[in-house]
Amino acid sequence: MSLAAAFLPRDLHPLAWWAWAAGLAVAASRSTNPLLLLGLVAVAGNVVAARRSTAPWARSYAAFLRLGVLVVGVRLAFEVVFGTTDSGTVLVLLPRPPLPHALAGLEVGGPVTVDGLLGAGNDGLRLAALLACLGAANALANPSRLLRVVPGALYEVGVAVVVALTLAPQMVADVARVRQARRLRGRPDRGLRGLAGVALPVLEGALDRSLELAAAMDSRGYGRTAGVSPAARRGTAGLVLGGVLGVALGAYGVLDGGSPDVAGVPVLGLPLLVLGALAATAGFRLGGRRVARTSHRPDPWGLPEWLVLGSGLVTAAGFVLAAALGGDEAGLATPTSPPSWPTLPLLPLAAALVGLLPAWAAPRPYRRPVAADHPQREHDREQVAA
Amino acid sequence: MIRFEDVTVTYADGGPPALAGVDLIVPEGELVLVVGPTGSGKSTLLRCVNGLVPHFSGGTLRGRVTVAGRDTRTHPPRELADVVGVVGQDPLAGFVTDVVEDELAYGMESLGLAPDVMRRRIEDTVDLLGLGDLRHRALRTLSGGQRQRVAIGSVLTAHPRVLVLDEPTSALDPVAAEEVLAALHRLVHDLGLTVLVAEHRLERVVQHADRVVRLPGGGLPPIVGLPAELMAGSPVAPPVVELGRLAGWRPLPLSVRDARRAAGGLRERLAGRSPLRAVHPGDGPVVAALRDVSVRYGDQVALRRVSLAVAGGEVVALMGRNGAGKSTLLHALVGLRRPDGGSVAVGGADPARLPGPRLLAHVGLVPQDPGDLLGADTVTAECAAADRDAARPTGATLALLDRLAPGIDPATHPRDLSEGQRLALALALVCVAEPPLLLLDEPTRGLDYAAKRRLVQVLAGLAARGHAVVLATHDVELAAEAAHRTVVLADGEVVADGPTAEVVVSSPAFAPQVAKVLAPGPWLTVAEVEAALLEAG
Repeated sequence: MSLAAAFLPRDLHPLAWWAWAAGLAVAASRSTNPLLLLGLVAVAGNVVAARRSTAPWARSYAAFLRLGVLVVGVRLAFEVVFGTTDSGTVLVLLPRPPLPHALAGLEVGGPVTVDGLLGAGNDGLRLAALLACLGAANALANPSRLLRVVPGALYEVGVAVVVALTLAPQMVADVARVRQARRLRGRPDRGLRGLAGVALPVLEGALDRSLELAAAMDSRGYGRTAGVSPAARRGTAGLVLGGVLGVALGAYGVLDGGSPDVAGVPVLGLPLLVLGALAATAGFRLGGRRVARTSHRPDPWGLPEWLVLGSGLVTAAGFVLAAALGGDEAGLATPTSPPSWPTLPLLPLAAALVGLLPAWAAPRPYRRPVAADHPQREHDREQVAA
Repeated sequence: MIRFEDVTVTYADGGPPALAGVDLIVPEGELVLVVGPTGSGKSTLLRCVNGLVPHFSGGTLRGRVTVAGRDTRTHPPRELADVVGVVGQDPLAGFVTDVVEDELAYGMESLGLAPDVMRRRIEDTVDLLGLGDLRHRALRTLSGGQRQRVAIGSVLTAHPRVLVLDEPTSALDPVAAEEVLAALHRLVHDLGLTVLVAEHRLERVVQHADRVVRLPGGGLPPIVGLPAELMAGSPVAPPVVELGRLAGWRPLPLSVRDARRAAGGLRERLAGRSPLRAVHPGDGPVVAALRDVSVRYGDQVALRRVSLAVAGGEVVALMGRNGAGKSTLLHALVGLRRPDGGSVAVGGADPARLPGPRLLAHVGLVPQDPGDLLGADTVTAECAAADRDAARPTGATLALLDRLAPGIDPATHPRDLSEGQRLALALALVCVAEPPLLLLDEPTRGLDYAAKRRLVQVLAGLAARGHAVVLATHDVELAAEAAHRTVVLADGEVVADGPTAEVVVSSPAFAPQVAKVLAPGPWLTVAEVEAALLEAG
């Protein structure tokens, strides 16, 4: 692919978006500095605004932001009710009712301090920033394309997810239809008895549809496989499961800066992540051999993908490096007792700004010519809404 | 191409065989139509072709089915995917992905074709079936005819040599059905595909068929013949064929065009006569009235200031394209949807405010899928529940059901009933409360001609007892036979309202076959012509 062609309007590889967002998330997890966290949220929002498509999922970023605000609110509320920070300037002194013995160790009420609120707020903000990164990936990467890049070995799982995604809205429509039908027979359509009357026909309908879908998929060649020996199959499964477990633990280690280490080497972290990834990749490679299928319009991986991936990695690396070099003194964390103004450390700030690169480096999304609306849409909406 | 050798299929439930003694050879390039009453094994026959029976359905298949030289005993459906394409009754239920282009590619991906081959075949198929505007649309937003065409396209991309279609036009309005049939016609004539199709709506398909396979049901072997020969003695026949048989035309015409050319003499004999038609009941008491009713979903207007009054004793057919607002109108009448403007009165009450138990005393609706109303294990239990709901003496519903559809075993599970029997059961459940207004949404989906005829009689009986009946339907033949009055909806507005004869004859899409053959005469049904001829002697 020539350089200019790589930047023509198209959908960026979904894995590139997720890798970039993961890099931002790693960075956010290393800091409780509100300025840096808000900066990361702004970076993600900026890229979303610049490169999102017109598809329905592209609007999900705002929903994740709202969720983040809710998380900060909940965190603050918990601090007020259950907070244990007693030092610092007291804002309000809430009554502290005696609790039964079963709840010993739990304290309700007591002083609400500026220090405690600030600490909780920063902590909540970190969670909100993680959510914003997740939201950005969601808004930018096409979920069904993401399912298509799952390795051959996981193909069946991918299909199951796709089928579940299509069946779910149909079941919602079914519930509405069956409840209407109960009303038409002059029966209660609410309450526990109403629910039981609805559940059975809806489940029956879902089962019928699954069978019909399975027949259709079989007729269209689903499950044509190349022969593989049982031993190879077991080996593949072991590699994939072990690898995925390793990746999960490793990711936890990387995201949680305070994970345990043995003799100075962090076990739960980068090494485990890399080992797990290697094992999983090997398993997927082996497993992919038994699936004799190809992919229509596979997403290409070109220079823009490398740039987007790289910017995410640089952002993450900047924060991790700052944490390793200077720790909290580097300005990643904001001391709250006594309260102080957050500083703006140079290295993390520069790293966060690198995260903005996709706003230019990623190709614009391809806007498909859309045909005029058809009356059937109205009909479908009638069916669902009515 | 397809060869059935003495095939008998029995399912595990111990009943009579679903198919018996089928010997059939379908040569390359033929379009073969499979007909027969509901439950005669049409779907089983079709599903044998790609091995879904018995690999998927269970049961025992005796004899042998081969397709392009491959035996279905040794080849499961997935191994036949590159020679046989199967499109089921409800295309939406068979879609695996959510966007048209992905759906077209799905079968090829399973076969492991190279990406450049896929791109080329998708372009070819898009052109062949006219899907250019739809390729990036979500499947759920397509109309019925478009879905059917996409479903056909999605199996065509695998380049099968045989195409198997189960009821491709049954659920479609006349215009959408034309769309699908035109596509099918092109496939047979341009690509030389071998096509096996089952269809209840013979009037739409029979003129395209090269041969017809009639399944009599009840374990009897099928009868195979040329369409004209076979239709001459068939108990299931479209109106144009019945008219031909009545008038004694040879060869028997299968299309309106052929019949019209043969009908000169008949038109002369009928000249000056007018059909004896059930007289419009006149001004009965108004049972239901819509005044300026508007309904919107988001920024779509489903009904725009519709006013309509229905009197007791009249049967009203509600026609119009898919999405024209027919279902919404019925829902407004039964109170499932509160209008956004205007008022609805049924028997003097607003149906949306009536609690469920009192609703049935005013209005009853049989929904598009009558199965929605059914939830019990046996017909008896279902009927007993309806007796209690309507506060009628025990056994009233069962007695009513026996009048509507005689011979149903009360111990049967409602799911094991045929389509026609299930509709009759739903009708009995609703009618036992004697609602002055009865609504039916697409009652003829999946009904064969005999079941349809019984439905017409039942509706006439209800109307004679003073019930008002409103039926939303695509079936022009049903409207011609059953309805006194026809209302045509388009884009949420009433565009025509008047006696059925006047409304349907003036519209090319909604005119029944007899009207097309005998135009400009006022004839709508074969029965009317028959009565007039008897009178003429």
